[in-house]
Amino acid sequence: MTASLAAGPSCPVPLVSNDRVQLGHGSGGKMSAALLRDRFLVHLDNPVLAALGDAAVVPVEAGEIAISTDTFVVSPIEFPGGTIGSLAVHGTLNDLALMGARPRYLTAGFILEEGLPFDILDRVVADMARAARAANVAVVTGDTKVVERGKADGLYVNTTGIGVLDPTLKPLPDAVRPGDVLIVSGPLAQHGMAIMAAREGLAFEAEITSDSACLVPLVDLLRGEIGASVRAMRDPTRGGMASALNEIASASGVGVRLDEAALLIPDPVAAACEMLGLDPLYVANEGVLAAFVSPGRAADVLARLRSHPLGANARIAGAAVGDHPRMVVLHTKLGSRRVVDMLPGDQLPRIC
Amino acid sequence: MKYLDEYRDSAIVHGLAERIRRTATRRWTLMEVCGGQTHTIVKQGLDELMGDAVEMIHGPGCPVCVTPLEQIDKALRLAQDPRVIFTSFGDMLRVPGSDCDLQQVRARGGQVRVVYSPLDALELAVRNPDKHVVFFAVGFETTAPANAMAVWRAAQLRVPNFSVLVSHVTVPPAMMAILDAPDNRVQAFLAAGHVCTIMGWTEYEPIAAKYKVPIIITGFEPVDIMEGILLAVTQLEAGRAEVENQYVRAVRRQGTVPARTLVEQVFQMVDRKWRGIGEIPRSGLALRPEYADFDAELRFGLQDVSVEEPAECHAGEVLRGQMKPFECPAFGTLCTPERPLGAPMVSSEGACAAYFNYRKLESPARGAHPVAPAVSSHESPVT
Repeated sequence: MTASLAAGPSCPVPLVSNDRVQLGHGSGGKMSAALLRDRFLVHLDNPVLAALGDAAVVPVEAGEIAISTDTFVVSPIEFPGGTIGSLAVHGTLNDLALMGARPRYLTAGFILEEGLPFDILDRVVADMARAARAANVAVVTGDTKVVERGKADGLYVNTTGIGVLDPTLKPLPDAVRPGDVLIVSGPLAQHGMAIMAAREGLAFEAEITSDSACLVPLVDLLRGEIGASVRAMRDPTRGGMASALNEIASASGVGVRLDEAALLIPDPVAAACEMLGLDPLYVANEGVLAAFVSPGRAADVLARLRSHPLGANARIAGAAVGDHPRMVVLHTKLGSRRVVDMLPGDQLPRIC
Repeated sequence: MKYLDEYRDSAIVHGLAERIRRTATRRWTLMEVCGGQTHTIVKQGLDELMGDAVEMIHGPGCPVCVTPLEQIDKALRLAQDPRVIFTSFGDMLRVPGSDCDLQQVRARGGQVRVVYSPLDALELAVRNPDKHVVFFAVGFETTAPANAMAVWRAAQLRVPNFSVLVSHVTVPPAMMAILDAPDNRVQAFLAAGHVCTIMGWTEYEPIAAKYKVPIIITGFEPVDIMEGILLAVTQLEAGRAEVENQYVRAVRRQGTVPARTLVEQVFQMVDRKWRGIGEIPRSGLALRPEYADFDAELRFGLQDVSVEEPAECHAGEVLRGQMKPFECPAFGTLCTPERPLGAPMVSSEGACAAYFNYRKLESPARGAHPVAPAVSSHESPVT
């Protein structure tokens, strides 16, 4: 209320401030209805959501469905290359797509902190709507809660995605066999370093932009006859490429050879990692696909990925091997080898 | 990337390795002083390129590793104080104190923040006048100028709610302590390029002369290190013992004079305890009396905290180069990055962490160990 008191000599004092979220917006009363209408439905509108029932009712095809949920708490809410809104769409759709599913529907749950400016909320929801539209997926149901100032960091989003499984593309983390070829679709470590640079106000020579992107169109290129040759897929998000490959190596009981010379790390990202003492292999990506492919079809898969802008820089980056099972080994540019293990916890910036 | 790719060039590195092998008529034992160099060597496998020509033993130059347990315990005590916002470089957060670490204190409600510069900590103090901001001033001569600058500015601006917990150490006394040890095996040093960028190399000239050891001021990239080793081996073979500068793109004989001047203005030489090594005379920096107002130990009455090191951690022998990490009985069993006994297992520059992380492929004698299940995440949420 203090904001509206300070706004000027208007009398009577308006009950509803119109520039930021208040606890009343979570009351379930008129303010909640207005919030839903003015801040969410304007952007995310579709017939299913507009019905405003207690649950969304949607048709599904025969067969199996895939369900995935993810919660997003990124700080800052807006960053070069995206916002928490588009990230929450991409993250969940990518999880579905990399299981081989075709994403159909999304849900969105918002936790809003009292005092969050509406202009930020509008940008986030508009960005979420844009990302969903681009992927041809509707947000069919949602929820908002408001918590007291200080109990959240601006806003948090949970999205759940529902997709229909495609019998032609069923990658599994335990299906990789020695000899399978590792293909990485693009440059590494951009999202994590973009967030870190934005959060810490670190200025590097060139702005680092998050790679946050919907991988569905890239995965769609691998459906059909070629799908059977795709053994496993991952998007190396939190924990980076190192953790994603370790998970596959463990699940499949194979070793993984990773070729340092084949990994693409943009110069500003490499410079930022060098300065902070971080290993780009452990930094998060949000628009990169790593796939293990049977050796005979690797060239075809590579060509298909490269035909799409998101995969223009795709390259063969290693292979599954029979040696050192459950271990990822980097072959360095110097010709030496070193183990790339999972980290015990966070990567911490070094002293000097 | 410019200034990096040329110093990581495989052909140059292998060419230098070949020259080292050809130059050496016997096996020489070299110590790289700095933990950053240790990590380059172990991560890139440089030690394996030189055949039997050179044995690298890893020196004490990891600021996290040598910070004594009692300074960590003081940090933990300050971080638990509700009046305090405790700030530190990220590296220190997982270093074990007597009963916990800074991350655990943060989880229990202590205000612990990672900063990238002590000046950020000072700014935090200005923005939070109702809190007292303490910065954990650790490190060698490399971090001393920025830390001195923060204290100097705090004095200029008369910031009443800022202080530093100082645990600064200096390189030359540690090198002499290693050379004075009766079982010393070090025949030449690769000195730390960034330390010398600040301090120059005049302090090293009497050491090279007195102990008859070549001291090569060396950078941190693979080409730097291989070139430093070649210069050292060439001197040893010729019977010379001089200070030589490999890191010419950064280091001058006099160092960086304004930085040195500021360090001397704010800090004075004191005897300092090194974790795992013990007290080394005149090996540390402490605030001069005129800056006593900014000394967190005095402000919070912590001068008398004294703690014994755990006996099962052999960090001291590792830091003195008397034991390779994988020779430690606790390595990979009692002591892992998830449950470290000592700082060298958690610091990004620690020798034990370097072997644990990068050397699992080899035979048990070289450091194989059970793979610990672990999860990886980032410093803060990125999604």
